[in-house]
Amino acid sequence: MSSKKEKKLSAIQQEYQQFAKQREPKRPVLKNCLRAFIVGGAICAFGQILQTVFIKYFGFTEETAGNPATAVIIIISVLLTGLGVYDHIGQWAGAGTAIPVTGFANSIASAAIEHKTEGYVLGTGGNMFKLAGSVIVFGVFSAFVVTLIKMGITWIGVM
Amino acid sequence: MKKGSQSWVFNNNPIILASTAIGGPFEAKGALAKDFDVLHDDIWLGQDSFEKAEKKLLEQACEIVVQKGNIKNEDVDFFISGDLMNQIITSSFAARTLAIPFVGIFGACSSSMEGLALASLIVDSNSADYAIAAAATHNASVEKQFRYPTEYGGQKPPTAQWTVTGAGAALVASKGSGPRVTSATIGKVIDMGLTDPFNMGSAMAPAAVHTIETHFRDLNRDPSYYDLIATGDLGTVGQSIAAVLLAKDGFSIPTEKFKDCGLLIYRKDQPVFAGASGCACSATVTYGHFLNRMKKGELKKILVVATGALLSPMSYQQKESIPCIAHAVSIEI
Repeated sequence: MSSKKEKKLSAIQQEYQQFAKQREPKRPVLKNCLRAFIVGGAICAFGQILQTVFIKYFGFTEETAGNPATAVIIIISVLLTGLGVYDHIGQWAGAGTAIPVTGFANSIASAAIEHKTEGYVLGTGGNMFKLAGSVIVFGVFSAFVVTLIKMGITWIGVM
Repeated sequence: MKKGSQSWVFNNNPIILASTAIGGPFEAKGALAKDFDVLHDDIWLGQDSFEKAEKKLLEQACEIVVQKGNIKNEDVDFFISGDLMNQIITSSFAARTLAIPFVGIFGACSSSMEGLALASLIVDSNSADYAIAAAATHNASVEKQFRYPTEYGGQKPPTAQWTVTGAGAALVASKGSGPRVTSATIGKVIDMGLTDPFNMGSAMAPAAVHTIETHFRDLNRDPSYYDLIATGDLGTVGQSIAAVLLAKDGFSIPTEKFKDCGLLIYRKDQPVFAGASGCACSATVTYGHFLNRMKKGELKKILVVATGALLSPMSYQQKESIPCIAHAVSIEI
């Protein structure tokens, strides 16, 4: 906890929070990291296999094969979400399934399913990007900033 | 009659004439499955939304409790109910179906005992012959409102809890036979500044401790008076904290007497992290398991302390801490 936040708490609150913290089971960070490494790595390796298949048998180039490979992985994770399996895998794998494109697909599909009862327009349509929306907003914005920096460096280099 | 700072003693012996507990498929696999009157194998209950399924659970609990009490809906004077949905729609919509004068309450997961305390007070003061106290939650509707979509693959920490799908109802009557509601202690809101909604046990434990200690002081009792003191849904983390805090203040309760509904309802091998939670947790365990044990003569005097975390998804996002409350009701036979 930040020192700024602690200042607002009374002495009794601080004492209790320290006491409670000692008794909380900690997240198994090492185990979680290991699982995330294995599952995340397996997903990426699978994506690589798909990419090779698309290059070898479907006439894609190394540059374009990424798109169909990503699409296949997205379809699989959306299917697993719809079948109610993905959340169980996610609990086991943690960041391993959250960080790759599978996590992004799951966040959209799960929100879409969840809000279907409120109708297709305001429910599914309005809530689909409830979780993924911030990823898109900050993804696009950071891409914009990085591009500006890149352009600046190139401009200086040209001078 | 008020006693001490915040307790009521019920001198006219309000009776729990009938009670019922209803659960879902996950509860059917739990440790207390035999104490439920109805266990549904479909989490949708044949409805097209989880919110409607939750309402159905509550309606069914009330229908059964009225049947068990051998009366009709029209005989019931008041229906006091709470749940976790926005604007307590589950309770209000069930009240529409039941057509009983309705008092809607919100005390988060403490609504179960808040309802029983109020129903007993109304009956005790001769303001009603029959009153129903009820509470319901549905795992998926609560997850949707307070956390993430049910199918979202986020990893939950070991301090998280599992919301019970179910409903519990008690029919409190001025005469008849059955366990008596003898006293109640209405809790104060306690906020220790905790902010993690995946760790409600730690946040709620001080509220439970405060209510239990006040109950003993108000009524001049000590833990030995009761055969069982049960907290609502503190889970493994909160319950162990509460036990230590109580012992520190000189109210040491032996572990075999100090239980938590959230730790009783499921089996050890069910993946519920730190334990169960929800209004239905304390409601089903009390109105099913505990009252059954009292009728069998295994328990004579119990104190149920339902705990509630009074946060909203918005207050949490606005970085507010989690205020908590606990209400205690004593039942004797």
